[in-house]
Amino acid sequence: MSWSGPEDVLLSTSLASYLDKKLLVLLRDGRKLLGILRSFDQFANVVLEGACDRVIVGDLYCDIPLGLYVIRGENVVLIGELDLEREELPAHMICVSAAEIKRAQRAERDATDLKGSMRKRMEFLDLD
Amino acid sequence: MSTHLDLLSPLLQLFFSYFKELVGKEVTVELKNDLAIRGTLHSVDQYLNIKLENIRVVDQDKYPHMLSVRNCFIRGSVVRYVQLPPDGVDIDILHDATRREARGG
Repeated sequence: MSWSGPEDVLLSTSLASYLDKKLLVLLRDGRKLLGILRSFDQFANVVLEGACDRVIVGDLYCDIPLGLYVIRGENVVLIGELDLEREELPAHMICVSAAEIKRAQRAERDATDLKGSMRKRMEFLDLD
Repeated sequence: MSTHLDLLSPLLQLFFSYFKELVGKEVTVELKNDLAIRGTLHSVDQYLNIKLENIRVVDQDKYPHMLSVRNCFIRGSVVRYVQLPPDGVDIDILHDATRREARGG
């Protein structure tokens, strides 16, 4: 990622063309952070200003504010430029409070745990 | 001009050059987290980081947060596959170049 000139920046793979734009950063643990890109380097370490964590559970979502974040590059999966003309999320999705999304997250986790333990209990049947 | 590119293995450079040839073509990038994205290859760098334009997520319903993303940067280390357009694949060139490198230039 070189800094040859302003016209090069738009053609190169560097993140320079995303500077000062609102981005969606997908992390390896599945988290989705939104924020404004203020700095980056060749490892895709990035600095996000006004970062928030977008938690999505089914049709519910919540943006939990985090503040200024430095993300270590190895955790980055994808950095997407948000198109301000498009809807950020499908229209049927509902914005809820942080408390509500936490509750929904817990319910979802409990449901998958239950499914896992049921399967384990049924394993002796050798269904496959 | 000497850059750190010189230190890269010739074969990695080969794939780097190969991907550079595909700029402007439509590709599908499948990531290690199973997310598959189709878009126009905008650019690629020595780490095989990829920039795509006008992207479309293959299973959009499962990834609603990707709806408003049109252009994106993908870190090379998380890519599992790049599906190429059939007309963009010239295996013979890649094959020949690989043999040449293996013989030592």
